[in-house]
Amino acid sequence: MNYKAVGLREEEYQAIKELLGREPNESELRILGVMWSEHCSYKSTRPLLKMFNSEGKYVIQGPGENAGIVDIGDGWAAAFKVESHNHPSAVEPYQGAATGVGGIIRDILAVGAWPTACLDGLFFGKTPRNSTLSLMDGIVSGIGGYGNAVGVPTVGGKTFFDDSYEGNPLVNAMCVGIVSQEKIITSKTAKAGQLAVLIGSRTGRDGIAGAAFASAELAEDTKSSKPQVQIGDPFVEKLLIECCHELLREKLIASMQDMGAAGITSSASEIAAKSGTGIYIYADKVPTRDENMTPWEIALSESQERMLVIIEPENYERVEKCAQKWLLECAPIGEVTDDGRFKIINNGKTVVDLPAEMVGGGCPEIHWPSQKPAYLESIETERAYTLPQDAFRDICLSIISDPNVKDKSWIYEQYDHTVQINTVVGPGNPVSVIRVKENNKFLALTMDCAPWSCWLDPYNGGAESFLKAARPLWACGAEILGMTDCLNYPSPESPENYWILTETVRGLAQTAKDMDCPVVSGNVSLYNESPGKKILPSPLVGLVGLLETMEEFLPSGELEEGDVLFLVGPKKGFLAGSLFQRLLDKSIQGKPAQYTPTAEISFKERALRTAKDKCCSSVRVIGSGGLVTAIAKECVFAQKGASINLKSEHLVPEVLFGEGGPRAIYSVKPDKIAIFEHIWQDFGLLKIGTVQKEKTLEFLGLSSFSLLEITSCWRR
Amino acid sequence: MKACVVVFPGSNCDRDVIHSLSTRVKANVSALWYEEHKLPQDTDLVVLPGGFSYGDYLRCGAMAATAPILNAIKGYAEGGGLVLGICNGFQILTEARLLPGALLANKNLKFICRQCAVRAERTDTPFTSNLQTGQVLKMPIAHHEGLYFLPPNDLKQILANKQVVFRYCNNDGTIDDKSNPNGSVDNIAGVINKGGNVLGLMPHPERASEKILGSEDGGLIWDSIASWLKKGGRC
Repeated sequence: MNYKAVGLREEEYQAIKELLGREPNESELRILGVMWSEHCSYKSTRPLLKMFNSEGKYVIQGPGENAGIVDIGDGWAAAFKVESHNHPSAVEPYQGAATGVGGIIRDILAVGAWPTACLDGLFFGKTPRNSTLSLMDGIVSGIGGYGNAVGVPTVGGKTFFDDSYEGNPLVNAMCVGIVSQEKIITSKTAKAGQLAVLIGSRTGRDGIAGAAFASAELAEDTKSSKPQVQIGDPFVEKLLIECCHELLREKLIASMQDMGAAGITSSASEIAAKSGTGIYIYADKVPTRDENMTPWEIALSESQERMLVIIEPENYERVEKCAQKWLLECAPIGEVTDDGRFKIINNGKTVVDLPAEMVGGGCPEIHWPSQKPAYLESIETERAYTLPQDAFRDICLSIISDPNVKDKSWIYEQYDHTVQINTVVGPGNPVSVIRVKENNKFLALTMDCAPWSCWLDPYNGGAESFLKAARPLWACGAEILGMTDCLNYPSPESPENYWILTETVRGLAQTAKDMDCPVVSGNVSLYNESPGKKILPSPLVGLVGLLETMEEFLPSGELEEGDVLFLVGPKKGFLAGSLFQRLLDKSIQGKPAQYTPTAEISFKERALRTAKDKCCSSVRVIGSGGLVTAIAKECVFAQKGASINLKSEHLVPEVLFGEGGPRAIYSVKPDKIAIFEHIWQDFGLLKIGTVQKEKTLEFLGLSSFSLLEITSCWRR
Repeated sequence: MKACVVVFPGSNCDRDVIHSLSTRVKANVSALWYEEHKLPQDTDLVVLPGGFSYGDYLRCGAMAATAPILNAIKGYAEGGGLVLGICNGFQILTEARLLPGALLANKNLKFICRQCAVRAERTDTPFTSNLQTGQVLKMPIAHHEGLYFLPPNDLKQILANKQVVFRYCNNDGTIDDKSNPNGSVDNIAGVINKGGNVLGLMPHPERASEKILGSEDGGLIWDSIASWLKKGGRC
């Protein structure tokens, strides 16, 4: 069998022969082909991921385990991670998205945490073609169909629309779990002599070599890739969560891994490599769903809803009994050894014999050639935009009804967001908040990305991707504990693409570090392109923040009549890549927000103080669609009107529609204006209007809208 | 109050009900495994919680309705014991024929999760004894199969028997198509058996029993049950 057939490169094949001192056999080659794929090995991005700082005072566990874990006080911790399921969702939207949710929930389960909340980052084509609509419908139903049945609420997320995602939809699922710090499970604690037990679904031929599939561009005919998509069973996942937690309560688990990409192979070899042991898997003991499966098919199957649990042999009966109680298959399929080997043995015959460390960690890094794309030199940066008074009205309404701004309730109402009774602020808001029953604190969660800025200015776009997720957390009064990210990009094999990838990650990593936010987990998804089309650079950022009490939480969409509206931060935002600019030019042009660390840190400190001092009713950080959109959304959510009175020098597109940078609008209580002004003096502070009883939003000197008109544009 | 919450494989609101009952009315609540054949002694209330029992794979609630514990619950209900089915629990009660009607897929064929308003149509039941007639409660729904249906003649019958306890309504209590989230017949959100001791409803009171969750109205149902029991009420 040729190494190319399993997706390996020549130098990788040479490395394998060198490490083994012999030619690999067919089964070994197939296994290494999957384990050394981009999806499993991060071979193209490992050098880049080193840029991320993963240390900080709250970090309990950084990258490398199933999920990052941060301290949330009182002996409790939050485990979280985001993961992509892009390729499967492009081919089979319902199952692709569903199993994406299932996979990330098992990652959280694998560290011993109780899965408490999910968020989803979705990227769709913008033009409402039938193909896009059916992908959207399938993906949204898949996320709901799985998450709802498992009983993990989907409390938030972010949806982006751009035609670069047409045919290449992105599905990034994030899960947050709660775990007692004393009960965290790792893959480092297996010991020779222990038993490897498979609990969950039977193993079938579904998803074989799915990881390798996710590491190549999509074929023109995506239907030809269907066998690589796994089928999810949320009912079994729910039973698996209950069963594993019962085993954890009874202290029967020494180590645990979920089975995601590359199935038994990756979970078993990872435990062995991290624990410094070997592991033997007996393929004939694995309960299978299909007949006559070969050992390598069993080893690489990506059948869903399976966990590999390492236990003391004398506890097997108790484990089996618990699995039976939860109607799950359970089989002792292997043993932990002291020889550092990853072996697959079938009916007494050794078919795979590799050093455990080599399986998951042996793949050499790839340093792709990198070159600054020519288009970046030719971007027009000096274009001036004017705002004809008679066009203002139409532009406002177009922006408010743009899918990127529009109401997303048609999506999140299909997700159970209230189960587990912790959802204090649900989807549709800039920040989602869940209560932690265990310690009576609150987690504030956001997810965001700045793909258009990343395209125009990769370094600053990377920075803005972090800041877009961070600013709303600061504004609501939350302290950021940690970050997870999902790096969605086209093929790294093009030097231009690789340059953009590197620069965005550099910007993202630098900003997270400057803002004191450790990166504790993440995922990379490359090759998001189909013939003739590639996605915008899309580094999705997920942040977890802490609120000690809801008393210090400053909401959005809660304008109070009589409040005074202030704009804080630079008066002008950036038009480059903004919704305004995209609508006007039908292309992406210009120079977007430039990252200024001192300004962001100053914004953070002042925003946190504003929330603490309780001088405001509501806040909204200015994002997509600019100041006008932020005010319109505040009015719609609060069902209050506002009168905006700007000087004529401020009636310009940069002020009204500019995006990026630390800008926010605050609704300040009339008797607290002095406190507010004191906090924000010397930062950029502009009184822009008042909240009024009358249900109209008027921009004096420009136009006036009835609340009903705006609401009906905004709602689908 | 001594309550038990039945746990089927796939139940996912059992912990929520336990939390809610034990914090709101300080009930002594235990989880009851579906394979049990008996209820604990002196049980005052049995709750069938929401979720996806058996994955909802055959028909929502159909498998759970044949579980061993259901025989015990039937006997308990015949003796006047209080039984409350929420969401999937309501579906199970209809499948077990402890309540009339059936719950079909929502009119839009999609899962719907949102805050709803329901109007209390009766206040003489153990579950609504603290409410005013016509009182509007805000509680979330979260279901794919919540369209309450029964044939016209049966509908007449339950209307005549005053078995409708909750109807979906607008915030002001008016009832129309707009306030009906799932296409239920006659905006029905909750029904009770003729004996007045077995209630099923689609909205989740346990998700609306704390101020921090956006509504405490569901807690009024727990309060009602607690005061009914305190008064020694029998059905």
